[in-house]
Amino acid sequence: MARIDLVDLAHSYGGNDAAPESFALKPVTMTWRQGGAYALLGPSGCGKTTLLNLISGIVTPSRGQILFDGADITPLSTQKRNIAQVFQFPVIYDTMTVGQNLAFPLKNRGVPKAEIDARVKQIANLLDLTPHLDRKATRLTADAKQKISLGRGLVRSDVAAILFDEPLTVIDPELKWQLRSKLKALHRDLDLTMIYVTHDQTEALTFADTVVVMHDGRVVQSGTPAELFDKPAHTFVGYFIGSPGMNIVPAEVTGREARISGHPIALNRSYDSLPPGAKIEVGVRPEFVDVAAPAPGLLSANIERIDDLGRVRFARVRIGDAKFAARVPPGFSVSGETAGLVFNPSHVHVYADSRLVEGTA
Amino acid sequence: MDKTINQKAWFLVLPVFLVVAFSAILPLMTVVNYSMQDTFGNNQFFWNGVGWFKELLDPSTDLGGRFLASLGRNLLFSAIILAIEVPLGIVVALSMPRDGWSVAACLVILALPLLIPWNVVGTIWQIFGRPDIGLLGYTLNSLGINYNYVSNEFDAWATVIVMDVWHWTSLVALLCYAGLKSIPDAYYQAAQIDGASRWAVFTAIQLPKMNRVLLIAVLLRFMDSFMIYTEPFVVTGGGPGNSTTFVSIELVKIALGQFDLGKAAALSLVYNLIILIVCWVFYTVMTNAGAERPVKQGAE
Repeated sequence: MARIDLVDLAHSYGGNDAAPESFALKPVTMTWRQGGAYALLGPSGCGKTTLLNLISGIVTPSRGQILFDGADITPLSTQKRNIAQVFQFPVIYDTMTVGQNLAFPLKNRGVPKAEIDARVKQIANLLDLTPHLDRKATRLTADAKQKISLGRGLVRSDVAAILFDEPLTVIDPELKWQLRSKLKALHRDLDLTMIYVTHDQTEALTFADTVVVMHDGRVVQSGTPAELFDKPAHTFVGYFIGSPGMNIVPAEVTGREARISGHPIALNRSYDSLPPGAKIEVGVRPEFVDVAAPAPGLLSANIERIDDLGRVRFARVRIGDAKFAARVPPGFSVSGETAGLVFNPSHVHVYADSRLVEGTA
Repeated sequence: MDKTINQKAWFLVLPVFLVVAFSAILPLMTVVNYSMQDTFGNNQFFWNGVGWFKELLDPSTDLGGRFLASLGRNLLFSAIILAIEVPLGIVVALSMPRDGWSVAACLVILALPLLIPWNVVGTIWQIFGRPDIGLLGYTLNSLGINYNYVSNEFDAWATVIVMDVWHWTSLVALLCYAGLKSIPDAYYQAAQIDGASRWAVFTAIQLPKMNRVLLIAVLLRFMDSFMIYTEPFVVTGGGPGNSTTFVSIELVKIALGQFDLGKAAALSLVYNLIILIVCWVFYTVMTNAGAERPVKQGAE
C-alpha cells in the first residue's frame, strides 16, 4: 500500500540523448494517492504502457524519480518494489496447478508453508477460484487465467500497488463486465492502489476514480470521469472521450462571443487575453448542441445523416467544411437538408493551440 | 450441402500412386520377398519361410547374436548421445543472445556443423583423432593419455560419441532457441514480479514452453542416431572388433559383404519395424501433449 509520486519522470527507448520530442514518455509529475483506482487511457503508442512499466520496474526511466510513500524506488529492481502486474495476455505457469500458481510468489520469497496455504486459500476464495485449486491452470478459460494472474499479485500481503496492462483484451464481452465488477469490489475491500491501462474509454471510466488521459507521450488531463466529460483540458480528451466525441471547430473568439464561420455564438465566460497567434478553436460536446428548425439567428448546418442510438439520436451535420454532431431533441422530426443549431453556452469551451483556456466570469 | 461426385479426381491422384508404388511399395515388397528366401548366388533362390526371422530373434544363432548385439550397442549409443545432446543443446540455447547482431553470428556458427556431409564429418574426425598426425590424437598422447581409437574400444566409443555431439548438438540448440524465442516477454516480466529465481524461471516457464520442440528434438536425434551408419563407418569401420558395429553397419556387412540377401532383408524389415514403432509412440505422445492445451490459445 503506497502513495505513488512521479517526479519529472520521462523515458526514451533511444536513451537519454534522444531528442525530447522522440521520448516515449515526456516529463510528467503527478501524485497518485494510496487506495486510489487510476486508469491510464489513451490510444496505442501514447506511452501508457511505458509509464506502467516504469512503475513496475520492467523499464528503467531515462530521467526522473518514482517515489512510493516518499521513498525513492527508481533504482530498485522489480522484485524489490512490491508491485503486482496483470498483463494483457494471461501469464500462468503451465505445469502448475491453480494453487501452485497462486503460491509461486510466496514460495519464491521463502514464506513458511502453513502461511502460504492460508494465504492461497483466502485469495482463491476472494477470486472464486477455490473449486479449481487442484486443477492444471492451462485447462482454464482466459478469464479464470486472468484471475490467477491477479491472484498472484494479491497473494502477497505487502503489495504496494496492482498494475493492469489492458487485462480484459482477451476476455469475452459478457465476462468483461463480471471481471470488471470483481476488480471494483476487490478495490473497495482491499484498499489497494490500482493502476489500470486501457485504450477503452468505457473500461477506464467505469473502473477508475481518476482517469489519466495520455496522448503522444504526454499526460493531457487527469481527472474524474465527470471532469473529463464536462471540461476536457485538451481537444484530444474531448475528442477521445465520449461517443460521439466532442465537436471541435475553428473559431474567432473575442470577449463573450465566438464566431464560427462568421456566425456569432454566445459564451458564458469572457476570453479577453487569448495568446496572440495561437490556433483558436471552440469545443462543445454533441450532447450540448440541439438541432432545431432553421431560423434566423441560429447557426445553420447541412444535415448528412441521423444516428439513432436508441435512447438518443445524433445528427451528423456539416458547417462549411467542418464535421459536427448535435443532439436531436426528443420529438423533433428532421425535415429538409438544413437545420439550425442551438448551443448551451455553459458547455462551450475555448481552446488555444488545443489547450483549454479558462475564461473570466 | 450436396457433394458433387467427380470420379475424374482419381486421375489427379494417380501420378502420386504410381510414384509411391515404384519408389516405396515395390522395393519394400522385393525386400519382403527376399526375407523369405535363401540364396547361394547364381540367382538361385530357395524358400525359407520365417526361418530368418526366427534366427534373428534367437541370440544363440550367429545372425541373432550379431543382430541383438548391434541393436544393444545402437540403443546404448542413442541413449548416451541423447543424454548429452539434449541438456547441452538446452544450455547452449539458453546462453545465446536474445537480440542484436550477435544472434545472426551465433546462428551461423551453430548451423555450420549441420551443413557438413556425414562422410566428411567422419573423415574430419578420423584424421583429427589419429595419434600420429591428428591434432586431437597427437595432443592427447603427448599429454600422456594413451588414446587410440583403432585399438581401444573405449576410445573408439568416445570418439564416435564426441563426433556425434559435435555434429548434432546444434540441431537441438537451434530447436530449443526457436522454442525460447516464442515465449512472450510478459512471462519473464511476470516471473520477475513474482520474485522467481533464474532456476525457477527455467523450470516454471522455459522448460514447459520448450517441451514440444524438445520432443521433436529427441525424436529427430533418436531416429538419426538409431540409423547412424556413415560416421562410425568412416572413423572406426565398426571396430575395434565389433565394438562400434551398429545395426546399419551390420546390415551392410551381411547384405553386401556376405551377400546374404535373405538374412539382410529380414534384418532390415525388423529394423524398419522398430523405427516405425518408435515413430508411432512419439507421434502419439506428441499429439496427446497437444491435446492437453485448450483449443483457444489467444494471440500469444
